[in-house]
Amino acid sequence: MSRSNEQPVLTASGLWKFYGRVAALRGTDFELLPNEILAVIGDNGAGKSSLISCLSGASVPDEGEIRLNGEPVRFRTPTQARAAGIETVYQTLAVAPALDIASNLYLGRELRRSGPLGSVFRFLDTHRMRELAREQVTDLGIQTLQDITQPVETLSGGQRQAVAVARAAAFGSKVIILDEPTAALGVRESKQVLDLIRRLRDNGLPIVLISHDMPSVFDIADRIHVQRLGKRAAVISPKTHSMDDAVAIMTGARAA
Amino acid sequence: MSDQAVTSPSEAPDEDERIPQRRQNPVQALLHQHPALGPLAVLIVAAVVFDCINTRFFNPANLSIMLQEVAVIGLLALGQSIIILTAGIDLSVGAAMILAQMVMAGLAVNSGWPTGLAFVVGLLTGLLTGLVNGVLVTRLHVPPFIATLGTLGVFTALSIRYANGQTILPSHGSFLLWTGKVITWGTFHLTTGVILMIVLYIVVGIALGRTAWGKHVYSVGDDLEASRLMGISTTRVLFSVYVTAGLIYGIAAWVQIGRVGDASTNISSTLNLDSITAAVIGGISLFGGRGVVVGTLFGALIVQVFQNGLALAGVQDLYQELAEGVLVIAAVSLDQWIRRVRR
Repeated sequence: MSRSNEQPVLTASGLWKFYGRVAALRGTDFELLPNEILAVIGDNGAGKSSLISCLSGASVPDEGEIRLNGEPVRFRTPTQARAAGIETVYQTLAVAPALDIASNLYLGRELRRSGPLGSVFRFLDTHRMRELAREQVTDLGIQTLQDITQPVETLSGGQRQAVAVARAAAFGSKVIILDEPTAALGVRESKQVLDLIRRLRDNGLPIVLISHDMPSVFDIADRIHVQRLGKRAAVISPKTHSMDDAVAIMTGARAA
Repeated sequence: MSDQAVTSPSEAPDEDERIPQRRQNPVQALLHQHPALGPLAVLIVAAVVFDCINTRFFNPANLSIMLQEVAVIGLLALGQSIIILTAGIDLSVGAAMILAQMVMAGLAVNSGWPTGLAFVVGLLTGLLTGLVNGVLVTRLHVPPFIATLGTLGVFTALSIRYANGQTILPSHGSFLLWTGKVITWGTFHLTTGVILMIVLYIVVGIALGRTAWGKHVYSVGDDLEASRLMGISTTRVLFSVYVTAGLIYGIAAWVQIGRVGDASTNISSTLNLDSITAAVIGGISLFGGRGVVVGTLFGALIVQVFQNGLALAGVQDLYQELAEGVLVIAAVSLDQWIRRVRR
């Protein structure tokens, strides 16, 4: 493929992960190129979640190497991965429902007021956070989030997902990992979220998308990583392979 | 297998209808946004009604007494509130305060320590009780209800053992009695303890509303797991809340000594539950993440207004308790209704 000469953003090679005596990852490889949406698919138990939790810092691989922009990295916590620029949006939406949209975008990285009011008394600059949140939301083209001071619990599922994605995209991140972003959504809401993901890619953010939703995957992904029995079985392109092909590789009915 | 991939197009318009915001009725939305409004309204209505029954109610002397009565429970309820905001609960409040006051007075009077030093160690004792609860909850992962049920027994036993069941009388003019000092303001007679309580409410209210720590307290109570995933050190936030509450109990101990003029282990055993009552009536949600501390102050005042008003109206004590019970149930029912935003 013509893309293969680009320097990958995030790679993993020979990752092994054991849970007790069970090997969830058996030397899997992974490669994410710049400006692409890479979908990760695989049957239950194929090691999708283990792979993603290694990449996002939620667990530490027992063997193997992860590189971010060519540099070897070793994350012990999600916070370390986030600090390095890998943002993960979890399936169980990580938002605080009672807080408003702006507070959610800035939770854990709040802006303080300038001067002693901020440095000594640690007052928040609510005004500026709201202003910036409004800009970020507009930049991402999430028109449905008009009122930034609205509590998240008054939003629909798709809008909440949009808040979670906006939060991930907002802070100079290098890679965004989305775990089943459309699993709980209706058809139209899924489409809105997929459009948002596409816009992020077009803005230059590479994206890892874990999904069971085959039509969405084939609709949106540039390349598809098929995980099987703890290894990468194949990387296919939606242009050259059909959903049937993907399922056949996933289930082992056909060699890649 | 690929046939599951085809989604029926007829679903789309249906979905479309449901996308608009989930609606709340205006009253619900207002109470949802301003959780202290409900208790404030109850407080005003109750005060007006009691004044109609007995015109001595709004007498400055009576109002002053009510405020003095509310100082200690108000402080305990303040500590209780920040713990409830994290979806926790503290059953050991009263016992923690009694332990702090026995240490404070005991060191100053029985052990002859300099009053200032005894005072500081007393405050630290309060802080220590919070530290113990915090370690149990965050390190040993004991549910707050059980952790503080346990420490309730421990703190109670320790304070009785320490004081041998005696009542300790600080000497006249001691710094420990400073919180009982009356400040006359027009026809009102406030004590420094009352003012201390109000100042602490302001400080904690600002910390919760205006700082990152406050946002994190709310988010941890709202959704612990989501907060952790968003990179908040949930353990540190929870721990800081228990320790802060402990320090507030230490200050409450000082106010209690000043108010009564001595330190004794046999003061009301209902303090623990009363602080929860005040917080809950004040609109702090037992499920965490919702409510403001000024509501708790209103809650404490409501309980006091009912007790005082019913007493002035010549109603038996028994009915005061009944009224308090009804209020708590009404407050929690209201909270359930306010929280019901989804659909």
